[in-house]
Amino acid sequence: MKYIDEYRDKSLVQGLVKEIKKISVKEIKLMEVCGGHTLSIQKFGIPALLPPNIKLISGPGCPVCVSDRKFIDQAIAYGRLENVIITTYGDLIRVPGSTSSLNEEKASGRDIRIVYSTLDALKIAKENPGKKVVFLGIGFETTAPGTAAGIINAEKQNLNNFYVYSSHKIMPPAMGALIDEGVQLHGYIAPGHVSTITGSGIYDDIPKKYGLGCVISGFEPTDILQSIYMLVKQIENGEQKVEIQYKRVVRPEGNLIAQKMMADVFELRPDWWRGLGVLPASGLGISKKYEKFDAEKNLDVVVEPTKEDKGCICGEILKGLKSPKDCKLFGKGCSPSDPVGACMVSHEGACHAYYKYNR
Amino acid sequence: MKGKQILLGHGSGGQLSHELIKEVFVKHFNTEELKLQTDSAILNIPGELISFTTDSYVVNPIFFSGGNIGKLAIAGTVNDLAVSGAKPLYISSSFIIEEGFPIADLEKIVATMADEARKAGVKIVTGDTKVVDRGKCDKIFINTSGIGVLNPEYKHIGTGEKITPGDIILINGSIGDHGMTIMAERNDLNISAQIGSDCAPLNHLISEILETGAKVRFMRDATRGGIATVLTELSEGRNYGLEIDEEAVPVKEAVRGICELLGFDPFYVANEGKIILVVAKEDAEKVLEVMKKNEFGKESAIIGKIVGEHPGKGWIHTGIGGKRIIDMLSGEQLPRIC
Repeated sequence: MKYIDEYRDKSLVQGLVKEIKKISVKEIKLMEVCGGHTLSIQKFGIPALLPPNIKLISGPGCPVCVSDRKFIDQAIAYGRLENVIITTYGDLIRVPGSTSSLNEEKASGRDIRIVYSTLDALKIAKENPGKKVVFLGIGFETTAPGTAAGIINAEKQNLNNFYVYSSHKIMPPAMGALIDEGVQLHGYIAPGHVSTITGSGIYDDIPKKYGLGCVISGFEPTDILQSIYMLVKQIENGEQKVEIQYKRVVRPEGNLIAQKMMADVFELRPDWWRGLGVLPASGLGISKKYEKFDAEKNLDVVVEPTKEDKGCICGEILKGLKSPKDCKLFGKGCSPSDPVGACMVSHEGACHAYYKYNR
Repeated sequence: MKGKQILLGHGSGGQLSHELIKEVFVKHFNTEELKLQTDSAILNIPGELISFTTDSYVVNPIFFSGGNIGKLAIAGTVNDLAVSGAKPLYISSSFIIEEGFPIADLEKIVATMADEARKAGVKIVTGDTKVVDRGKCDKIFINTSGIGVLNPEYKHIGTGEKITPGDIILINGSIGDHGMTIMAERNDLNISAQIGSDCAPLNHLISEILETGAKVRFMRDATRGGIATVLTELSEGRNYGLEIDEEAVPVKEAVRGICELLGFDPFYVANEGKIILVVAKEDAEKVLEVMKKNEFGKESAIIGKIVGEHPGKGWIHTGIGGKRIIDMLSGEQLPRIC
């Protein structure tokens, strides 16, 4: 397949592996921040290709995984209101809340629908004028512009039954917080699609403040291996900086239109991250201008008290301090069909990817 | 046939039911056993070991590129019998139909079933029809059960108890066609693709394989859950392991494309005309050759082998030279695909 096969070419992959082995001397740990990278790395079996002195660890880049359980509880509470349709990306549907999940709620008759885009949610809102349609906004800078576009379109179409419950977050605060927490790292494989929107400038602090390199990577095997090569080269030469490997998609300035829409629709607020706690200016709330689309401000619900699971080490895993295999529950009390923590539910979750491809 | 749509009365057991049975089901299925209109069919079954299977079909949409719910209902049940090593003989078919369903559509489905049954060489000998209120079922659901006779020599094929390291794993063509066809045709996804379901009765292909006298150790049709699920069943809890060569597994370009777009892994996508089989190493080439001659096996390929190492686990050697484990599908990748 065009534009796919080229990036999965075995001889290119082997060439890259050879080059990495040639220049890599130091024992290093690289963190792939993005859940999409975790999935690719496990799916293509990349760890087996690397020399033993290079370790890859998974970071906090799976939005479902880092979000508060309260987010699910509150979404469920919205779903239990009369005349409400919940629209969500498929990833959230099986994430356990404190006592239920959206999947269980759907089975007991709540109107919960999987959509592939906010535009689908808008369509549902238009077709159901007597109902309130709540879209669960989750994800980093990658999906936030989609939600912003949804809200801007809802305004243009004068929809008064469309709401967004936002759990959107931005990536850089978590990348800094990890180092502040004392996680031992030598470089970041930085998220490709987040950077498509934001540009590369958001990582400038990481080499400056923390002395760590960041290479913005694509998602195909040759992308990831080339990024690893670039990071190894930086580390071996002591020249840590921000570089873009994913040049066919990412521009240094990012997508200016998307940035403008985000700035218009969202405002920064403190947000809670699993494993990291509350990070200042790391979440995206809906701005005053568009507050009539904000589910939090317009729909009153009583949310049940949040119960976190004991024994689940998702928090440690998201910080890269532990691997899924270190968890007592991994594959025993916790599996994709009966997940305890969010990391086992989401396809991009480290536990899910390890369980599926590397057990 | 009077009227254009199914009424509750068509399931009442009275006049309308009789008309429907005569003018749709008996007309197309046309077997002596059905014509007798008895409460149960009396069957002549040669041999001693009987294979018996049942399956319900609820696919949405009911008509799709490459087939319809009726084709699935015959092929699925025929295949369940055939992969156990049995020769399928008789099929029952029960319909649950939503009030208001167009009779023309029902007839199309029934005609397809009759046609597929003829091709597969099985007889539809008994059935039932129920009609439920509008909204109580989605258009039409079909249950088929099937009976086949099993040559005792093939008794081990269903369980795979004779599999030994060194054996070869084969498949009869490209994976994921059915699941991605259904996905592309669902109304809520605007994808257009040149693909069709692989839905087909495979009993003739299977009997051609068995007639070669090859040592066939295992066969299973890879339906929901895709080939990853069958390969996991094939390895889990066993005293041998599997190794699969990802590049050797045929996947159509369009299927790969939709999978990439939607984030699916073709190994986990449903098929309706694909079998995974394990044969003794010395017979693999001979079996492959025979498979390739059948219309449902043209793209057959050797995809892996049974090994003595890593018992209970299957490894996939990825296209780029890495490796990863094979595991079963958890939860629903795509509901109501068959």
